[in-house]
Amino acid sequence: MAMYSKKIVIRYTPDIVQQPVIYQLVKQYDLIFNILKARIFPRREGVIVLELSGLKENFDRGIRFLKEMGLKVEPLSKSVSQNINKCVHCGACTAFCSTLALSFEKPSQKVLFDPEKCNGCELCVSACPVRAMEINLL
Amino acid sequence: MKKFKVKKTIKEINEKIKEGRAVVVTAEEMIEIVEKNGDVEAARKIDVVTTGTFGPMCSSGAFLNFGHTSPRIRASKVWLNDVPAYGGVAAVDCYIGATEVVEGDPLNSVYPGEFNYGGGHVIEDLVAGNVIKLRAEGYGTDCYPARKYERNITINDLRDAVLFNPRNAYQNYNCAVNLSDTTIYTYMGMLRPRMANAAYATSGQLSPLFNDPFYRTIGIGTRIFLGGTQGFVAWPGTQHNPNVPRGTNGVPKQGAGTIAVVGNLKEMNPEWLAAASILGYGVSLYVGIGIPIPILDEEMARQTAVKDEDIYTQVYDYSMDYPKGVTNPLAEVSYKDLRSGAIIIDGKKIITAPLSSYYKARQIANILKEWIEGGKFILGEPQQTLPIA
Ligand code: SF4
Ligand code: SF4
Repeated sequence: MAMYSKKIVIRYTPDIVQQPVIYQLVKQYDLIFNILKARIFPRREGVIVLELSGLKENFDRGIRFLKEMGLKVEPLSKSVSQNINKCVHCGACTAFCSTLALSFEKPSQKVLFDPEKCNGCELCVSACPVRAMEINLL
Repeated sequence: MKKFKVKKTIKEINEKIKEGRAVVVTAEEMIEIVEKNGDVEAARKIDVVTTGTFGPMCSSGAFLNFGHTSPRIRASKVWLNDVPAYGGVAAVDCYIGATEVVEGDPLNSVYPGEFNYGGGHVIEDLVAGNVIKLRAEGYGTDCYPARKYERNITINDLRDAVLFNPRNAYQNYNCAVNLSDTTIYTYMGMLRPRMANAAYATSGQLSPLFNDPFYRTIGIGTRIFLGGTQGFVAWPGTQHNPNVPRGTNGVPKQGAGTIAVVGNLKEMNPEWLAAASILGYGVSLYVGIGIPIPILDEEMARQTAVKDEDIYTQVYDYSMDYPKGVTNPLAEVSYKDLRSGAIIIDGKKIITAPLSSYYKARQIANILKEWIEGGKFILGEPQQTLPIA
């Protein structure tokens, strides 16, 4: 069966930080994780960005488990945004956006961002010369 | 001498501009006008065609004079927000280059480097009115005793701030691809392995020097749109090279003419001067330039009607050939192809994307058009046109 893989953002509240939730993802749902970013403050909220892979069925069950634990779970793409005050509409990012979330609007030649299509790959963040593509985690 | 049916002078066109009678169109609009009316009729009707470009132009920077201090200093070393500026000019003059990187930056030791701050950012911060930390060191002389100076300034505290870019508005530029098996990071941006993407960098039919390929109207003293205000062409740009292969329309098929430009930084606007951090390469500055082209005769009408499909450039491999200095183009492509989003080389479809902004180039051409129509912008008569040989 095909592996399913997605980058997700998990937001913690202070009470849950203590519990081994990620361990459960591995043990109970047979998921593989790769921590891409983590920011956890003692007695405060935290954010973890994970790439989670496994069977689609297990992936969905794992996400449900996290939500039942009271964690906020979102695809990383929800944290990607285009800073329209910075964007110069060059289009350099469009060559890297495989989902077509970033594309030229015709005939204006403006570069528009469609968050619905974004998969959070972050390639545009590296490609943008004026740093207009942003990941906002907190 | 060529015989023309229409003959106008810059002086005559300027009279019309002052009377509010000049007919001005953008280089995009001119295409249709010449197609419909022919070049002779178009030359009679149209007085000025405006162009525009907005792209990263590394060869840029600003001369700054921060005024004499008390006690006086011969500032031989100068930093702006910890970015070194060149202090070997005069006591309180310096030059901040767009590509200078902030001191202590890890550069490419953490590959690919992020290059978060540099000269381009200092220039953008200055025009945005942000506070900059100025730091200077001198060696102490009888006339300039101070050895250290430090102050927070904004552009208003500077006595003079002059943008002076030695090479801008390249008439044509390479299209870059990567033939190797790993991603490379270049001044043309990220290039993915095995020609997965191609990067290019001019605004094609809107770009200034494509619309006057033999520099008949552009030279020292040509008044231009620069960074949001009126500036001038100061000199042929460095590496200006008119002697390259050209199409039957006269348009160069590779990098050719360039211009050095000058203007008052204090009048400029961050919308038209934006800092760039190019991953794995360094810092640069997006510069907005627009040049008005007077339609002196039918030849100028024809040339300003040039279209993307009639402008060609060369595709180079930036993994091996370009770094080694091998000039061996892989293919020749038109700007129509490049702007379509994909080109085909050896049967392979390659995604294309620009570094320069067509959207902003068009905005510049339109602003310049409004300025001229409103009598706010008078054409500058070049004292000497750019060399054509
Ligand atoms: S993160 Fe990836 S998918 Fe989303 S806009 Fe950027 S390049 Fe496109
Ligand atoms: S690369 Fe950056 S500046 Fe250029 S269009 Fe994309 S988001 Fe805008």
